[in-house]
Amino acid sequence: MSSVLLSAKELSRSYGQEKAVENISFEIKRGEVLGFLGPNGAGKSTTMKMLSGNLSPNHGEIIINGYDLLSQPKQAKAHIGYLPEQPPLYKELTVKEFLSFCAKINQIPSSKQKAAVDTAIERCGLADVTQRLIGHLSKGYQQRVGIAQAIIHTPAVVILDEPTSGLDPIQIREIRHLIRDIATEHSVILSTHILPEVEMLCDRVQIINKGQLILSDTIKGFGQQMQTSHLLVELTYPPAINVLEGIAGVITVETVTDTLFRLHYIPENNPINEIVSRAASEQWQLTQLTPQQHSLEDVFMKIIRDESHPAEQETL
Amino acid sequence: MISLAKNELYRLFLSPLAWIILALSQLILAYLFLTHIDYFIQIQAKISAIPGAPGVTELIAIPLLNNAATLLLLIAPLVTMRLIAEERRNESLPLLLSAPLSTHQIVLGKYLGTFGFFLVLLLMISLMPLSLSLGSQLDFGLLASGLLGLALLLASFSAIGLYLSSLTKQPTIAAMTTFASLFLLWIIDWAGNTQITAESSNLFSWLSLLRHYQSLLQGQVNSSDIAYYLIVISTFLILTIRRLDTERLN
Repeated sequence: MSSVLLSAKELSRSYGQEKAVENISFEIKRGEVLGFLGPNGAGKSTTMKMLSGNLSPNHGEIIINGYDLLSQPKQAKAHIGYLPEQPPLYKELTVKEFLSFCAKINQIPSSKQKAAVDTAIERCGLADVTQRLIGHLSKGYQQRVGIAQAIIHTPAVVILDEPTSGLDPIQIREIRHLIRDIATEHSVILSTHILPEVEMLCDRVQIINKGQLILSDTIKGFGQQMQTSHLLVELTYPPAINVLEGIAGVITVETVTDTLFRLHYIPENNPINEIVSRAASEQWQLTQLTPQQHSLEDVFMKIIRDESHPAEQETL
Repeated sequence: MISLAKNELYRLFLSPLAWIILALSQLILAYLFLTHIDYFIQIQAKISAIPGAPGVTELIAIPLLNNAATLLLLIAPLVTMRLIAEERRNESLPLLLSAPLSTHQIVLGKYLGTFGFFLVLLLMISLMPLSLSLGSQLDFGLLASGLLGLALLLASFSAIGLYLSSLTKQPTIAAMTTFASLFLLWIIDWAGNTQITAESSNLFSWLSLLRHYQSLLQGQVNSSDIAYYLIVISTFLILTIRRLDTERLN
């Protein structure tokens, strides 16, 4: 079943003159993990705050499980769990006390509160620290308490704002593991500026930059986009450029130096074989042949830069 | 809402602040209570001959409640300052804002929690005059009216403190502004006493928190005084709700 659990339409939000988020629309379906990717200050947190009802959009609407967040906030909020960048914890309470309080304010019927707390403790691996004060826990455990707080009322959508920021590598791994576990039962919206995290955890990715959604794709499509490949070819006696362009599969040829060329090609039609054989038969003296693949970072930077270039030109 | 109030009260008692406030205010008031008793014993012989002379309640309990009000004027800002300002500083406010609670539930929950603390304080204060009933005859009507006055006063302090705490991120600023506002509302009727401009002074003395308390301390339960406190409380609660609502917009 692929019902839409959360849909945001034309969300805009500005702080004074500055536009933080502009005209963002997207949807999340049941069981999906959606990654929000963008550099710091791109508007990720603002979007997350709007989705969780902490901030009203200047324009646009948010529908959560059929309820409009703006006109029926109570019903809508019952279906979301939110973990802000800074986990909202009462540090003077013990883990158990805190989660019991969360169960109460999330309107869980009193007969089910204890079970809900126990489940959240178990799922987030907090069983050893239930009687410890939250303020005395490590950052990783505090983050887990934050996640436990977000899933305690089994919401349809869990919104996590940079859940792994400020943790050490082991904690990051554990939190990612936990998120993947949560994703089996809830839809998750995850914001991050770390690319591998998106690749590891998400089904779908949206890149946001300067408040605008500039890419929305499945993680698979995102991966393919990354593989628009090119070859670096060095020939001591190169033929004319149009000869290289004539090789089947090659789209464009870029001259790097007199003897070094960058060939862009269609991934399905790899020209390596033909280049090698023709270089041998026509004595181009092939000295280098390096397939180049974009790393995630490259693509990310490329997408963001492509988007921001036109804007820069306007201002010039 | 109730669970929010309980949580607020519980967290207050987890901090040493609540215990210190309870202990020290009790200590100071107990000392004042003793001086009032001392004074009463001194003059008892003289006034016993006069018919219709003030009794134990008027000479001990009521001055004590009067002192308590002044003391609480100083203490209340310390209790209310953390209500919203500290949540904001610890960035724990999103917990409440993203829970299925309306803003008025959040505000009322916090308000009731704080008022609950003040009721505990009030109960402890009232034990002192009540202990006199062991050896003497108390005017319970007068005492009840005085306690009602103090309760209403504390309820107003909490509402004003809550609102000022919602305006800032720094608890100390909330404490200072609360103290200044309460103090101003306390002494505003001094202008009313000068009788230079009759009309404005009427308004000023009507605005004074103290003036309405005084008539309750005299045993007069006027609906106008009670209405005054209820107006103050609801005004500041509504302002707080509005403040939190507009914060989402701005």
